[in-house]
Amino acid sequence: MDFLVFQYPMITVQACLDGLLLGILFALIAYGMALQWGVMNIINIAQGDLVILGGYIAYFMYLYGIHPAWGVIVSPIIMYFVGIAIYKLVINKVVDRDLFISILATFGISILFMQLMNFAFGADVVLANSGYGTTMLFDNNVVLPNSKIFSAFISIVFAICLVVYMKRSKLGRAIRATAQNARAAKILGVDTEKVYAATFGINAALCGVAGALISITFTIHPYMGLPYTIRSFMIVIVAGLGNLPGVAMSGMGLGIFEEFADYILGTEFRIGSVFLLLVLILVYRRFKLSRKREYLK
Amino acid sequence: MNKNSWILYIGILVFGLVAPFIFPAFKVQLSILCVLIVLATTWNIQGGEMGYNTFGNILFYGLGMYLCASVQVGMFFPLAEWTESGGEKTFVHTPSQFFQGMAAGLVVAAVVPTIVAGLIGYAILGLRGHYFAICTLGLGVAAGEISGGIEIIGAGQGFTTPPFPNIGGLEARGEFFYFLSFGALVLTFIAVRAIYTTRFRLILNAIRDNEDKAEAMGIETMKYKITGWMISAFFCGLAGGIMGGLVGYIDSTDVAFDGREMGVFMVLMAILGGKGTLWGPIIGATLFHFFKEGFWTFFLGWQYVALGVLIVVIVIYFPEGLMGWLREKYPERFGEVVDEADRKAQVELK
Repeated sequence: MDFLVFQYPMITVQACLDGLLLGILFALIAYGMALQWGVMNIINIAQGDLVILGGYIAYFMYLYGIHPAWGVIVSPIIMYFVGIAIYKLVINKVVDRDLFISILATFGISILFMQLMNFAFGADVVLANSGYGTTMLFDNNVVLPNSKIFSAFISIVFAICLVVYMKRSKLGRAIRATAQNARAAKILGVDTEKVYAATFGINAALCGVAGALISITFTIHPYMGLPYTIRSFMIVIVAGLGNLPGVAMSGMGLGIFEEFADYILGTEFRIGSVFLLLVLILVYRRFKLSRKREYLK
Repeated sequence: MNKNSWILYIGILVFGLVAPFIFPAFKVQLSILCVLIVLATTWNIQGGEMGYNTFGNILFYGLGMYLCASVQVGMFFPLAEWTESGGEKTFVHTPSQFFQGMAAGLVVAAVVPTIVAGLIGYAILGLRGHYFAICTLGLGVAAGEISGGIEIIGAGQGFTTPPFPNIGGLEARGEFFYFLSFGALVLTFIAVRAIYTTRFRLILNAIRDNEDKAEAMGIETMKYKITGWMISAFFCGLAGGIMGGLVGYIDSTDVAFDGREMGVFMVLMAILGGKGTLWGPIIGATLFHFFKEGFWTFFLGWQYVALGVLIVVIVIYFPEGLMGWLREKYPERFGEVVDEADRKAQVELK
């Protein structure tokens, strides 16, 4: 327990700003989660592992002397095809079935990815150094790495691009139609199979962007995927499906919560507090709904 | 219960009692198999009979493991010094202390998780479907992360359980833990079988099939859901306590609250054998244990890759499991009446 955060107000500012910048990244991942959940009605436990894989792509570019910021362009392109491949091999067989089947199947993919990444890249915690330096604010009391500001900016750009794409393009319209009613969309000539594949690919590409940004800003490790899945799941259930401002807001809220948990409880309880928060949110919503004799479903 | 099944039960019991002497090299493997069967059978109470797919039974397993070891140490020695010194170097249990501690520890390991399940049950079991699955997943991982930060039970460096006293060597240790886990298995089987012959099972099945209707019929579903979870927690905690002594070392995320391994294994075993049946989880656990040991022996290093592929294949292609497949093939054996003409008509339709 460390109560420095209450005695020294600048730490509060630092935690809030860090949390905000971190939360924008979470919101980007959660947007992918909301997309596939809304369109295909699956919950993808491997979401976090896709993020980490995207991060390793950027890290590899860094190792070969290319600036890791280019990973933001390269990683989503590669991840799009990885996503399509996963869809063709596994996901298309679980789309119409019970949600629990999709949870378990993607849990299997998650374990598979974890171990393959462990073989390919080693079990070390790695970081792609962007060399962007830091920004000092408030008489040098608050330190913000420029890479965090860069990653938040890129996330916002990608999120806006995606929203515009979903609103304007033909595929975006088909995806929204499928989300509303897959059967009706099929009758009206939408190739839902293609739409599902594209949705999963877009989700994987978003994970790729987020992963590349995480490898620049924070660290990546083969086994770090599950917390990202849980965070995005939590953001989606708080915000609701298809509520983009809500996703952004709750993402930032979660980021700030995590930074404060880190300062107050200690770093060793950071991930634990995220998972505990998920349980508490679900239980809170369950009690709130049960007053009206309803339940989360 | 007819004569044939009595012969079967007695045969299995006798085999179980003599197995460690027939296969002396596999005592530890057989003990682990017993624990796996217990876990799969108790998971089946939730996932198979009640329709609540939980990842959270690992919570009770890990809790039982830590409690059993803590009680066994704490009864005779200061717990904090034990974990700090790495255990066995400073303090030595005499044989009687070891067995007394183990007995008390197992009782605590079974009872406390049951109480915990009762306390959190009302909050957690109100969730349904995938919300329940994800919530229990979060619960298991949170428990692992939090227990990994608590100093008195070893935090990140782990907790060495008391070593087996120096009587009879490895042979005696293997036999002791085998009979302990086999006893737990027999206890679980008798309890679960008894439950499955009562109205309780029908209520659980009603909850699985349509909870709203079950409620409308006047069944207090919440009461039965919590009771079912408490039964699971009892045996999971017991299995955890035995497994902690068997492994000899407890780590928060890799042994006790191991959602990535044991937490998924219990789901997988029940599904592989066929959920919602008495024998399915038992057969599934046995098959799975063979698979797993094969992977761990022949694909060392690649075992998790093989495991991931196995999960995907089982879930996609055998969601009904072995018993479900048999049931489709030989419905008469399962007491279903099949109209021959109807069956032929269906075949012709294809």
